[in-house]
Amino acid sequence: MAETGYALEARGIVKIFGNHVALDKVDFGLRPGEVHALLGENGAGKSTLIKILTGAYQPTLGDVIVDGAPVTLNNPQHAQTYGIGTVYQEVNLLPNRSVAENLYLGHQPTWFGFVDRRKMERDARTVLARYGLDIDPSSELGAHSVAVQQIVAIARAVELSGKVLILDEPTASLDRNEVERLFDIIRDLKAQGLAVVFITHFLDQVFAIADRVTILRNGKLIDTKSLDNLTRTDVVRLMLGKDIAFSGATQLEENRPLGEVLLDFKGYGKKRSVMPFNLTIHKGEVVGVAGLLGSGRTEMARIMFGADSADEGTVSVAGKPTSISKPTDAIAHGFGFCPEDRKAEGIFGDLSVRENIVIALQGKLGWFSALTRDEQMEIAGRYGESMDIRAASLDMPIKLLSGGNQQKAILSRWLATDPTFLILDEPTRGIDVGAHAEIVRTINRLRDEGLALVVISSELDEVVAYSSRIVVMRDRELVAELNGENINPGVIVQAIANHKDGVQA
Amino acid sequence: MNRSLRPLVATALIFAIAYALAVMQFPSMFSTRVLGNFLTDNAFLGIAAVGMTFVILSGGIDLSVGAVIGFTGVLVAVLISWLGLHPLLAFAIAIIVAGAFGAIMGLAIHYLQVPAFIVTLAGMFLARGGASVITRDSVPINHEFYAWISDLTIRLSGGGRLSVIGLTMVAIFIIGALLAHRTKFGSYVYALGGNPVSASLMGVPVARTTVAIYALSSILAAISGIVFSLYTSAGYPLAAVGVELDAISAVVIGGTLLTGGYGFVLGTFIGVMLLGLVQTYIIFDGTLSSWWTKIVIGILLFLFIVLQRLIFVASAPGEKTSKA
Amino acid sequence: MIRRSLLKLANPQLLALIGVLLINWLLFPNFFRVTWQDGRFFGSLIDVLNRGAPVAILAVGMVGVIATKGVDLSVGAVMAVAGAVAATMVVAGYPAPIAVVAALVVGLLCGLWNGILVAILDIQPIIATLVLMVAGRGIAQLITEGFIVTFTDPVLIYIGTGSFLGFPMAAVIALVLMIIVTLVVRRTAIGLFIEAVGVNRAAASLAGIRSRMLLLLVYSLSGLCAAIAGIIVAGDIRGADANNAGLWLELDAILAVVIGGTSLLGGRFSVPLAVVGALIIQAMNTGILVSGFPPEFNLIVKAGLIFIVLVIQSPLASRLAPPRIKPVAKAAAK
Repeated sequence: MAETGYALEARGIVKIFGNHVALDKVDFGLRPGEVHALLGENGAGKSTLIKILTGAYQPTLGDVIVDGAPVTLNNPQHAQTYGIGTVYQEVNLLPNRSVAENLYLGHQPTWFGFVDRRKMERDARTVLARYGLDIDPSSELGAHSVAVQQIVAIARAVELSGKVLILDEPTASLDRNEVERLFDIIRDLKAQGLAVVFITHFLDQVFAIADRVTILRNGKLIDTKSLDNLTRTDVVRLMLGKDIAFSGATQLEENRPLGEVLLDFKGYGKKRSVMPFNLTIHKGEVVGVAGLLGSGRTEMARIMFGADSADEGTVSVAGKPTSISKPTDAIAHGFGFCPEDRKAEGIFGDLSVRENIVIALQGKLGWFSALTRDEQMEIAGRYGESMDIRAASLDMPIKLLSGGNQQKAILSRWLATDPTFLILDEPTRGIDVGAHAEIVRTINRLRDEGLALVVISSELDEVVAYSSRIVVMRDRELVAELNGENINPGVIVQAIANHKDGVQA
Repeated sequence: MNRSLRPLVATALIFAIAYALAVMQFPSMFSTRVLGNFLTDNAFLGIAAVGMTFVILSGGIDLSVGAVIGFTGVLVAVLISWLGLHPLLAFAIAIIVAGAFGAIMGLAIHYLQVPAFIVTLAGMFLARGGASVITRDSVPINHEFYAWISDLTIRLSGGGRLSVIGLTMVAIFIIGALLAHRTKFGSYVYALGGNPVSASLMGVPVARTTVAIYALSSILAAISGIVFSLYTSAGYPLAAVGVELDAISAVVIGGTLLTGGYGFVLGTFIGVMLLGLVQTYIIFDGTLSSWWTKIVIGILLFLFIVLQRLIFVASAPGEKTSKA
Repeated sequence: MIRRSLLKLANPQLLALIGVLLINWLLFPNFFRVTWQDGRFFGSLIDVLNRGAPVAILAVGMVGVIATKGVDLSVGAVMAVAGAVAATMVVAGYPAPIAVVAALVVGLLCGLWNGILVAILDIQPIIATLVLMVAGRGIAQLITEGFIVTFTDPVLIYIGTGSFLGFPMAAVIALVLMIIVTLVVRRTAIGLFIEAVGVNRAAASLAGIRSRMLLLLVYSLSGLCAAIAGIIVAGDIRGADANNAGLWLELDAILAVVIGGTSLLGGRFSVPLAVVGALIIQAMNTGILVSGFPPEFNLIVKAGLIFIVLVIQSPLASRLAPPRIKPVAKAAAK
């Protein structure tokens, strides 16, 4: 397999963090003049691969090859000298500086040590014109839309590197017209022979712009294929690892009588985040939420819990209309929420396991009805045991625990508040098999005890196994609700992949 | 209008209006004499404030400025009066010592990844302590060079005079403005204040720039200390206590965002002049006591912080450091 | 239980305090001699307690602020304001208790002002408290009209210089305050919430903790403590000196808190250890004085101390020697 003609190639890349294998013998080849989409769910290893290709990380094993010769990339600047430029998801430029300076920072034309601003702005104008931008190069970058900033970032990367352009979710916060504009630019660059890596969660965009696709799952290379003979369903299946043929084998939740209505969201939504949705949730049911990353599934969870406040629609709890504009409102109604990003929003790293478990209950009790240490120990011990939290001591900082045990602790935190409704966002991501099984078991147990649950997961097998109902999110919209026999991976994959008529890009 | 210009315009307007009101009340405040003294009296503060502008633009803070001024004054006085060195040689030594001192603070801030205020706080203790260990008393400087410099003034029509001290400050403001707005180093300073993560991804030499910024601040504080010694003809370890607060105030009132990334060296000049105006007005008035200066500065500081908060609502506090 | 408390005694702050005291003893053999005279104890050790009290009191207020990832630069100025209020009122003929209460209320309001800027207007703490740091001394001078207001009120003087059961009143007040604040934060959930907000504000919000009220509380407490320290200092010199009362003490208080094991990045905190930090600073101070070094030498030692603490707490150190840092953090916890 001595393929040549790659502008940038990764061969047999292995990256290990501690005892976690983030990339397992991944090969990746990028040809000049192609747009190559890189797909995978969170934790699939996309960003690790990108960081290796741009020199931000060093591979544990394997080679990065530029124009046929193995290279060591020390850092992103060093990668730039090999012609590899990157545009990150969050526009990583300086909104406080002028457009021209953002294009040329570190490479400004100088005249006796002074920046020749006039020449810099003249050059900037010429460059921007090539990207179809007619803006004042001396204006502040932050004054322009995200789309324009994104184009400036691309222009900088191309001007400074010029061979390989890596676009890490450049479209995440753009609207349709802006995306089209960006795509025109990418097509131009491609025509000039640039090799482009394109990372996105929007399948429509992959099909609109990419020539080939590489799919990663759990740190492993699934496949690299030309998009010509692939359908959307094929791609989703490769990403989620589901065979349609597999679907029949899944055990369906038998139709049980529904409990009484606990929650009723009507026209609930938030601009630029989630389009209005209707959702009724009964006691004793698990509503599974399926959808790719960026489909609005997390945003939906956040407005349900009041972490972001909805700007339209109504919600009623147990038949009574109410408003949930902040987490304390939600908690007062007996809600609980395990966020997707455990480290940033879930755990209190330096606090003990015990404190992490009792904190929500204590929050509910307020400042003055403090749980004594013994009560805390009792509660933490009880959940530690029933959830099988493996910690040497409940007094050790939670940051020292494994991801699975941290997740169990956060779940325990909410169970301790005696909730009626739990929202779990990717509760089983990145955790070991034992903890995984424990959490699935708990979800089933809670449903049988009469709790209402909303569970977001990209593990379709798992969603199918415990959900009474499944709603599918796509492009920030709730697009389908699946019941009964429709709850099987095949139908879900179809629903996720389904392309709406008449909508482009 | 460019939003970073708004606080600057506000400062300029406030200064113009305040000065006009003061002149209406005391017509004699509109004279070359008062203006000349304005420059001379605020020279040491202005020079230190230029350094502080760079530090604050980069998102940091330097609490050691006043102490470095005091230390330099003592060092220069001791080198001249006790060791008999020529003042120019003494100045050079003081500037080199201060530069090294600032560079070390910059290294500590960058490599220990601790807030600038605590590192420069240690610097403040060290410089004050060092000065006091050298001498606890005021050391007078009697050197013909000092006398010569003091006599070297440009007379203006109307009885005013421009001193070397005042002109030095003006020159440093011009050099500072060129450095901030016209060089790569200047653009790196703004880049660090805007977003240190982006800056480093865009290839800004973060460590080198941080070290240079704090070295520059200390060097300018040393020059300020030299100017202060010219002004007082002595070196005293407890001189210029609290000048760092005045310098920070001047920078902020001059329209520089305290969290970094936005501002102009020229704005700091107006800020210094505004502080000077408040002081001069209070002296002219005669019935108002000097403590009003601090209160007025505090109120201005508050107004500008709130103004900046309103103009730059986008960037939430505390988020910049957490991601680094 | 006994082993636990023994372990508690072995924490680095107490060892450091003992170390400093031993060095003092080597330099000045009479350091530990305490005599009884006129109904009170005398000696260098007692002096450490007495002189260290104002910073210890400031540290009691400051530790909560720093635990929430904040800092209060205004406490020195607030001390001056509170001292000015108390002194001016007794001189104007108000009874001492009313003057004291008024000073405390003013301190509380100053703290509340800082709290509003930080919690409601979302201004960075270092910037928000800078306003009062700059203006506070002006306000104090406004109150005293620029004079050092001296008084002869026995109650105020007793607060500053008196003794209780033979111990200096200032030290007794600091001790009582430390105990009350420790009990309040640890017997209620406030301490836990402060740590939670300091460790991870996003997670705290999702767990249903109202961080705004908490911030208002810690800054108000810091203002109140500053007022107490201000009254003590005024009582000690029998006058209110708006220029010099509490000058740079905010920095000593921050240093005391940091020595006490609380990170400037927020999180775990301990009120008693912050007080121990204040005593370490004062023990060094006193040691330098009694051993004949110029008092300014103290500043250099303090600078060195900050540097050492920063190196120990820095990420660099935890990378070089990961497990060695943890016990410090743990010891600080409870």
